Amino acid sequence: MSHHSHEEIHGIGYGILVLVWLGLVVLTGVTVVASGVHVPALAVVIALLIAATKSSLVVSYFMHLKYESRIFHVILLMGIVTIAIFIGLTFFDVLFR
Amino acid sequence: MKNIREIALEEHHDFVGAKMGMWLFLLTELILFTGLFILYAMYRVRHAAEFHAAATELDVVIGTINTLVLLTSSLTVAVGIEALKRRNRKLAKWMVLLTVLFALTFLVNKYFEWSAKIHHGIFPGADELLSRSQGEIIYFNLYYAMTGLHGLHVLVGMGILLWVYFLIARKPSEKVVVAPPNIEYLKGAQLIASKGEQESWVIDEIKDDVVEVEVVIKKDPKKAGVDIPNIIKLENAGLYWHLVDIIWIFLFPLFYLIT
Amino acid sequence: MASHAIDVQNAQENYLEVKGRWSGILSWIFSTDHKRIGILYLVSIAFFFIVAATIGIFMRLEQLTMGPTLMKPEVYNRLFTLHGVIMIFLFIIPGIPAILGNFFLPIQIGAKDVAFPRLNLLSWWLFMIGATLAILTLFLPGGLPDTGWTFYAPYSIRTGSEVSLAVFAAFILGFSSILTGLNFVTTVHRMRAPGMSFFRMPLFVWALYATAWIQILATPMVGITLLLIIVERLLNIGIFDPTQGGDPILYQHLFWIYSHPAVYIMILPGFGVISEIIPTFSRRTIFGYKLIAFSSLSIAIFGSLVWAHHMFVSGQSDLANIIFSFLTFFVAIPTAIKVFNWVATLYKGSIRFEPPLLFALSSIFLFSIGGFTGLMQATLPINVHIHDTYFVVGHFHYTMFGGTIWALIAGILYWFPKITGKMYNKKWIYGAWALMFIGFNTLYGAMMYMGWKGMPRRYYDHLPEFHTDHVIATVGSWFLYTGILVLVSTLIYALYRGAKADANPWGGTTLEWKTSSPPPLENFEKEPVVEHEPYYHEEAIR
Repeated sequence: MSHHSHEEIHGIGYGILVLVWLGLVVLTGVTVVASGVHVPALAVVIALLIAATKSSLVVSYFMHLKYESRIFHVILLMGIVTIAIFIGLTFFDVLFR
Repeated sequence: MKNIREIALEEHHDFVGAKMGMWLFLLTELILFTGLFILYAMYRVRHAAEFHAAATELDVVIGTINTLVLLTSSLTVAVGIEALKRRNRKLAKWMVLLTVLFALTFLVNKYFEWSAKIHHGIFPGADELLSRSQGEIIYFNLYYAMTGLHGLHVLVGMGILLWVYFLIARKPSEKVVVAPPNIEYLKGAQLIASKGEQESWVIDEIKDDVVEVEVVIKKDPKKAGVDIPNIIKLENAGLYWHLVDIIWIFLFPLFYLIT
Repeated sequence: MASHAIDVQNAQENYLEVKGRWSGILSWIFSTDHKRIGILYLVSIAFFFIVAATIGIFMRLEQLTMGPTLMKPEVYNRLFTLHGVIMIFLFIIPGIPAILGNFFLPIQIGAKDVAFPRLNLLSWWLFMIGATLAILTLFLPGGLPDTGWTFYAPYSIRTGSEVSLAVFAAFILGFSSILTGLNFVTTVHRMRAPGMSFFRMPLFVWALYATAWIQILATPMVGITLLLIIVERLLNIGIFDPTQGGDPILYQHLFWIYSHPAVYIMILPGFGVISEIIPTFSRRTIFGYKLIAFSSLSIAIFGSLVWAHHMFVSGQSDLANIIFSFLTFFVAIPTAIKVFNWVATLYKGSIRFEPPLLFALSSIFLFSIGGFTGLMQATLPINVHIHDTYFVVGHFHYTMFGGTIWALIAGILYWFPKITGKMYNKKWIYGAWALMFIGFNTLYGAMMYMGWKGMPRRYYDHLPEFHTDHVIATVGSWFLYTGILVLVSTLIYALYRGAKADANPWGGTTLEWKTSSPPPLENFEKEPVVEHEPYYHEEAIR
């Protein structure tokens, strides 16, 4: 616990935060441009991948998850797995009805 | 001199626990929106073409601007937290205030966007909307439900940030409460003894592997004061705000960019 | 003797005597002490239970004769809805976690309180607000909802009864449940006493921990579903309305994504109570500690994968039917692991047949019947035959009433001396048990039987061929109800006139038995240090 705590206080410099923000802005641009791609199936995948990348940037740096102890990672993982299960299993009905 | 454990006993605060509670709460928010994302996914699979047609009616420019506004507000609140941790109360105040302003900008944009749609007769239950194909009706109903719930979260987040702003803006209280699990928060902190003559103390360097609480408190009246409990309050408010941002990161491409 | 006197003098006041900022009833409803909050829940939940049970009695009376007996069909619809809503949302979901969990989770891990005491009090307030709103529908023009407790769309969107308010009440109750879960997970992670590693935690704590995770991860799903019903009714945002392209089956998906895991929110803490009682009364350690602990987690996981087995005849895809039927059988595995381990614990133990053990064993027995009939319904072809019949009603009451409520009663009997410092009259409890056990099996056994023959659920009236079965069931309900009243009065009597109880009347080994009865405000005279696994009986054969 206390191993990470040092970085928690002085870890993230303002510079890193601004860099992350720049990355997010660039990715927003990419996703707007990429939406012009005229392959519908691919477009969804690209849009979701970019959104996932942006979210993981926000979670890791803005929300400090990168510097938190393991239990916080487990908590997030529980949420992601649950969401995947709920969405995935519902598709077994709707796609095959 | 007051032992840190004695101070802790006066009021027990566990900052890591508080943050854990916040993360668990964020999970529940995520699942709340998941319900809507499930519905979106299922209806979109069924009405792919109509969803694409309906999406052309949304304004990508306003959507993109709002995305950038929220992303920037995430940056400002993150900087604010960092500043408060470094006991830079002034910068923290400004950053939180800026975040609130961005939130307001987002809502104003959203207001104009919704009004334009409503003006054109595209709102739930309107004859104009109901005369369209089922896929388009569902698209716009989902649009209103999802951006509406998201907007509500923006509003709540704004309220929380404002509340924290006033906490930070207040003069630091004379009594600072800390608990053994939170020693990491004490580095460089100013401690003011709560009883007897008012004296301030700065804690000695704490090694990373220290878990128990034999802490030496030294006098250093020069450092500016920040209420330590406010740090965790701002951190939690920030976590909530970032979640609002993340939801929008998904809403934006799913509604605006599927043309 | 002298040292004893000193002990008494130095002892802290117990939590019932402590004078805080408030007095009288305010000292309860504004208390952030987890023990007082547990009792707040006990009193309010017991009240709702009696109300809903009384409604059940009236429903049974209606079925005593063919044709109209007491009420109109519309009233019957509203009553079974109210019975379901109160029993599910106000009684059995909060039930064990809010009452016994609040009281004993912190004590069993050696903590002074839960992680967020004020949030804990807020949970109770939200619970009461939700309950008040639900009851308020009775006095509004639309009247009580008539949809059944599941609020299925599209009927729930169109009916004139006060569905919006009732659904909003359920939303608030869900929020209360989430906050309790969040509190418990954080408490378990952050508040354990020195030496209390995860594998030294009592199994009740493990069960509550698994339950809390379901509360956090599943409850928001019903929250959004119910919110959508409200916006659909009030703002016409059609999401499930077929005329606007909506799909009512998706409502059922969203509803059961929560409401199936919710039955594990109901039963898992009950299993936890049983896992506490069995080692104490067999005077030996639990058999297969880790397996029981992990089976709680795996029930929580498997339980989240099976929701659509409520929808086999709804018109969902055949593939979904097959997959969900298949997955459902997996839940039986961890459940059976628990039962086998309990039996193995009893084997060659020095069993003392006290009231808590009696109720715990009855709970295992009744739940097993409910569990096996559950497997029958998980089987697709059988399900089509018995779907929406009294068989389902009987099965559900065997699992939830037989499993959870009997375990809750077992838990209350087990911890009553600790909570109140008083002991009840065991003979009266045995009498209550006999009445309840006979009544229970007559009532729900008859229901299963007539359901198997084809009696549909939620019908106001019945055909002549079901008449005898209905009469038997109704007579059974009288025994059951009387038994419950005897039980409750015995406990209330004991509260005032009961003999003083020791700190450890049953010879329990977990931490709550190492403090006085009732416990002091901060639970222990000094912070306990844990050196053993939880069910360590010193005198037992090892």
